Amino acid sequence: MVRAEGVRKHFGRHEVLRGIDLEVRTGEVMCMIGPSGSGKSTFLRCINHLEKVDGGRLSVDGHLVGYREQGGKLYELRDREVCQRRAEVGMVFQHFNLFPHMTALENVTIGPVRVKREPKAEAEARARQLLARVGLANRVGAYPRQLSGGQQQRVAIARALAMQPKLMLFDEPTSALDPELVGEVLDVMRSLAEEGLTMLVVTHEMGFAREVGDSLVFMDQGVIVESGPPREVLSNPRQERTQAFLSRIL
Amino acid sequence: MAAVVVLVLAAMLAHSLFFSHVVINGRPRERFEWHVIDHYFLSTQILVGLGVTLALTAVAMAGGIVIGVALAVMRLSPNPIVSGSAWLYIWFFRGTPVFVQLLFWFNAYYIFPTFTVGVPFGPAVAHFDVTTWLTPFVAASVGLSLNEGAYMSEIVRAGIISVDEGQTEAAQALGMPRLMALRLIVLPQAMRVIIPPTGNETISMLKTTSLASVVTVRELLFQAQLIYSANYEIIPLLIVASLQYLWVTSLLMVGQYYIERHYARGSARQLPPTPLERLRRGLLIRPGQAGFGRAPFIVGND
Repeated sequence: MVRAEGVRKHFGRHEVLRGIDLEVRTGEVMCMIGPSGSGKSTFLRCINHLEKVDGGRLSVDGHLVGYREQGGKLYELRDREVCQRRAEVGMVFQHFNLFPHMTALENVTIGPVRVKREPKAEAEARARQLLARVGLANRVGAYPRQLSGGQQQRVAIARALAMQPKLMLFDEPTSALDPELVGEVLDVMRSLAEEGLTMLVVTHEMGFAREVGDSLVFMDQGVIVESGPPREVLSNPRQERTQAFLSRIL
Repeated sequence: MAAVVVLVLAAMLAHSLFFSHVVINGRPRERFEWHVIDHYFLSTQILVGLGVTLALTAVAMAGGIVIGVALAVMRLSPNPIVSGSAWLYIWFFRGTPVFVQLLFWFNAYYIFPTFTVGVPFGPAVAHFDVTTWLTPFVAASVGLSLNEGAYMSEIVRAGIISVDEGQTEAAQALGMPRLMALRLIVLPQAMRVIIPPTGNETISMLKTTSLASVVTVRELLFQAQLIYSANYEIIPLLIVASLQYLWVTSLLMVGQYYIERHYARGSARQLPPTPLERLRRGLLIRPGQAGFGRAPFIVGND
């Protein structure tokens, strides 16, 4: 589903990604861990073109991100095409980024109605189902500020799911939550994983990575240091940097 | 002590306003001639002038807001030609007096005698004779709108910048194009920042339209001047005009309050009651407090 070959990205002179190679297969749940500033979030944002890749090849579902290849040459995609691609990838942010002037229901319906031009009644019916799925059937009319952090993040997940994405990106979805609210969000993510959704999750929740993840990637200073099955990487890290990182947080 | 000083000053002001007389040509006369003010306050001429003032304010603000939003969006465009031209517009229209701009548009037919719609440098579709179309009212509307657009654009831009970057990103992640994200997500939130200064601008515009009297628009001040040039009741008619401006301004302030409330939706957990709601609630609670002992029930009904 996602294939990265030597992906590079720099902000000014600072190299954030220094050649990332990885592959996420359809139906796979991949977790990315690593110290802050290691480039995990940047890589995630590159996948739906919120950041532009500076070098290497990055493709989602066989399509290059942000470019079209024709006769061995790369052409930048037009805005409209970029938007179409983005609509196929769901994203959940650390700070939820719900639209505060809209109710939970409106947050979930606006994508399908405005971007995919679905009939409003249809989108609303599905939005109610999705909100019920994330355990918020009774908070449909609430504004984000009337919801707890955990509830907001669950609305944000429903909002991303409403676009029926083929891939979901989670950018530290529980890092801004109070500890007692983390569980309810992880539960929703776990159930999505069980349904076979392809997920790429940047997280600091090692328990989640171990139990739900199919694979685990440890990043540091813009490169992938170590990857493999979560249990193996977490229990027997082979690289020194992985060991040092895990000893600090476990 | 300060309150006493203020009260004495207020008493002096009231006395001067309503009870004092001046002696002119050996005859005592009411200082402010309230009967003259009363006579003209609702006269047809003044009301017609007020109507023109309101129309000019509405047209100029509507035009200014449209131009302002367009310019703000242009200035935030990644394309340097687009953002640069918006900057140039703002530079020019903020840098020249609006009074001069009004005089310019009033006399514009000297340099633009005809206005042509068509393909640039190509065939024309329609001609307009500027001398007949550019009436004083149109000239004033155009001049005030163009000038107001420059100021409104800075207000709108401030509003747009005040909205968290994450909102645009979330909208983009859903696949929204830039302009759709701006219209559906960013601008509605920017409104909270945009409305209060826009209210200011509207109130300011209401009074700025009096400049149009110089280019012979028959607005409120023009009508007042027309009357006092005939009867020499200069101060009373200026007071008539001022009182008219004052009550419209008061009305606009009330309107602004309710528009602000509308756009505060979702920003506070619960909106505070409006003054009217507070008043109504106060009236309903009072019988309970007076000893009926049923206040909670009555309040519950509200």
